[in-house]
Amino acid sequence: MNVVVVAWGGDGKEPAAAAKEVLGGARRLADRTGGQVIAGALGPAAQAARGMIAHGADRVFTVEHEALDGSDADACVEAAEAVCRQAGEGLVLLAGDGLGWEVAPRLAHRLRAGLVTDCVSVSVDGERAVMTKPVYGGKAMARFAVRTGTQVALMRLRAMEPIEPDPDRTGEVEPLGFSPKTAGRVRVVERKHEEHEGRVRLEDARVVVSGGRGLGGPEPFRQLEELADLLGGAVGASLAAVDAGWISPQHQVGQTGKSVAPDVYIAVGISGASQHVAGMSGSRTIVAINKDPDAPIFRVAHLGAVGDYKEILPAFTAELRRLKGEPG
Amino acid sequence: MVIGPFDLNALEVAVRLKERYGAQVTALTLGSGKAKDALRRALAMGADAAVLVDDGQMAPKEPSVATRALAAAVRKLGGLDLVLCGRQSGEWDFGQVGALLAEELGMPFVPFVPRLEASGDGWRLEREVEGGLLVVDVSGPCVASITNATDNQPRLPKVKDIMMANRKPIQVWGPVELGLGEEDVGEAANRLEVLELFIPEVKSECEFVEGDDGAAKGAALARKLWDRKVI
Repeated sequence: MNVVVVAWGGDGKEPAAAAKEVLGGARRLADRTGGQVIAGALGPAAQAARGMIAHGADRVFTVEHEALDGSDADACVEAAEAVCRQAGEGLVLLAGDGLGWEVAPRLAHRLRAGLVTDCVSVSVDGERAVMTKPVYGGKAMARFAVRTGTQVALMRLRAMEPIEPDPDRTGEVEPLGFSPKTAGRVRVVERKHEEHEGRVRLEDARVVVSGGRGLGGPEPFRQLEELADLLGGAVGASLAAVDAGWISPQHQVGQTGKSVAPDVYIAVGISGASQHVAGMSGSRTIVAINKDPDAPIFRVAHLGAVGDYKEILPAFTAELRRLKGEPG
Repeated sequence: MVIGPFDLNALEVAVRLKERYGAQVTALTLGSGKAKDALRRALAMGADAAVLVDDGQMAPKEPSVATRALAAAVRKLGGLDLVLCGRQSGEWDFGQVGALLAEELGMPFVPFVPRLEASGDGWRLEREVEGGLLVVDVSGPCVASITNATDNQPRLPKVKDIMMANRKPIQVWGPVELGLGEEDVGEAANRLEVLELFIPEVKSECEFVEGDDGAAKGAALARKLWDRKVI
């Protein structure tokens, strides 16, 4: 089975981290089925075409156009469609970052292909792929097969592992001609940046410190920020905290928010509704602070402290600061 | 134009646009007779008309099929300037409905919109992105998915409005009224097959820290985490 990976972003030298993961997953699936990995590199990602070969691609179609800088989803959908048509039938894997969520449904619609979003794994059964994803707010998992010849899977970030890059791998790079018809329908007139610019993106963070309903208000999020800054991490939140208006929806982790899989996830005052757990259960080490010893968060946590976060959190942060050898 | 039973923030945005510009707001949803309750709420909040796409004769098991039915209803209504939906419209379709509607209707799509206003011959929308907001312009009609914000919290209808809403008619359209066949919205239109549903086994391996008080527990927790060499 041929596996198609359409990639965007990156720094213009290396493929983006999300692209490397999906290329790695694609390589393993192609090896199991005797197929090729055919990649599409859009916009700045085209500069990293050789890097995509090192990360597992056999052929790379590059598509370059000023509208493919990542801000124009219409142009990206058109370019992704052009790559998929050139690649022919197969399994299409996309990284589930912000742009991926926008591109995947529209690409599948144009290819008349079945789409499974938020996949945590993909395996192969004969000539068809089997996708696994959480459903019912994370209470259950479902395995899907796609009935159409072309099958599209939108992968949860960090669900797949990159392969060890091999700079000596060989492959072809072919530029595709491209003139988008729908680019510019949505025009950016202004960018407003939030405060805390420079802090690491929630999805990329190695450490996430999240707060929930148990915090009781917006002010305690300052304490979470302090801890996140100490650990070089980002601040997350549960749906309850977002719905209460304590923090903006961009911080929401969960089925209806962002999916994260950091090395360390620290949940403060979060009960652990399956909706929330669906967005963070892939974290390597989960630390929970909650006053209720029966809170479901402790079922997924590796380290737990039962009690009032108002007492536990300051001591936790202070002790970490001491261990890191930073001045209080 | 609003779609979906959980999309009251989108409806609030629509009603505010109506109050500002004098628009006609139609609430539209897909579901069984039970979905009429959501439409009554929409009428009480200020929608002018309500349409239920009755899925009794359809098999909308995935977003592409559900959206095809909704798009047919949008086309039947005709002549609209804006299509709004919630940022998530149900359990199995996470955020796809807006993008798919835009594809079906051939309109541009703007996701994660907390607020918007009329501008020129189209719309000026704010869009949440990682690290901030984008302000974008579109010409002509578009599809936008509304995200919750402090200034689009759904209003609580007054008793008088609820009484009025109960007297307003709700149009009900099925596949016949929408000109949709089995191949469009029937079982065969679904491209996915559920092979298996299962409850993942979760074994708790949580190690609880001990301590005389919260401060002792906090410090102990920090040392345990430090010992794991993950930070």
